[in-house]
Amino acid sequence: MWQALYDELKDKGFMVVAVAEESRGADHARPWIDQAKSSYWQLIDTEHRLSDLYNLVNVPQAVWIDEQGRIVRPPETAGSTDHFRRMDLKTRTMSPQDQAERLAARQAYLDAIRAWVTTGAHALPAASVRTNLPKVTPEIAEAHARFRLGVWLRTHGRAAEGDLQMAEASRLHPDSWSMWRQAADLDEVGKASGPDFWKRVQALGDRPYYPPPKL
Amino acid sequence: MAKGLSRAAERCFAALDMTVVLTPAAEHQVAVHDGLWMSPTDAEKVTGWALKPEGMCRADLCVPLPASALRANEVDVAAFWAKLGGPVIASAQRDVWALGAPAGERNAALEGLEAPDFTLPDIDGVPRRLSELRGKKVFLATWASW
Repeated sequence: MWQALYDELKDKGFMVVAVAEESRGADHARPWIDQAKSSYWQLIDTEHRLSDLYNLVNVPQAVWIDEQGRIVRPPETAGSTDHFRRMDLKTRTMSPQDQAERLAARQAYLDAIRAWVTTGAHALPAASVRTNLPKVTPEIAEAHARFRLGVWLRTHGRAAEGDLQMAEASRLHPDSWSMWRQAADLDEVGKASGPDFWKRVQALGDRPYYPPPKL
Repeated sequence: MAKGLSRAAERCFAALDMTVVLTPAAEHQVAVHDGLWMSPTDAEKVTGWALKPEGMCRADLCVPLPASALRANEVDVAAFWAKLGGPVIASAQRDVWALGAPAGERNAALEGLEAPDFTLPDIDGVPRRLSELRGKKVFLATWASW
């Protein structure tokens, strides 16, 4: 997904770290990774540790980190948009206008990364990054612990018990699409984008699924 | 001989009775009883906090332990973790526990703006550590197959 951008910018001190939030493990992610033919890091995160550490709620989300290891943009949607919510579910297609807008938004995001790498643009001042960090609540912290326990139980043949922990995690942290969709996928591949997913998306109403980055 | 066997049997029983404790970045097997009472050595291995006269200590910081969480050569890690403000979750059979990071600790780390470090395996199982990339601009992004 990021290979062209990486090829273009790698000689300018740029690195891409793609982390698969994938509780089914490396072999399940491998077909996508093989297809991407990537030369940047492709890491496997079965326990969604990154989501815990960085307070992430969906994929794709990205964090920009400078040469000193400092966060210069808070977690935000990485190039995806909400146009998919208007697609025709029977044909799985979007209107030409939505397709064009979606592509333009993605292009604008890639351009912002380019500008950051070449000129430092779009790196936010520390105070602004802090203001835009989503806060970890005790409920979110508990949700991560339950999710971690749920993955462990599932991995060790205790699916029903694991599902209960994951359901409780989603109840405690309803904003996390990753927790809900991963649990659905562990139950059955494909369920993460099945009818229950669409119901949840519709229930968002005017709220975004992919909040646009404030570039 | 019978005594030796019984000690071996005891060790075997203890091994079967090991409890799994999951922390945000690791998995431990420790001998516990009545929740998460364990030896100070195991407590340090699991939590990264060492028992000292002042309480449980990590680097320069010490958190006093309530008297009810301390016995001769034993620490109640569940009570200690709750005192830190971290979630303590047990499986129904109480044979697997998850100690989550306290919300305040996560917020403080993020607000410090130093990117939280982590080590994760790449697709071939090679461990990769974020901080190895110091000196580069890093675009850290998630994805998933689902």
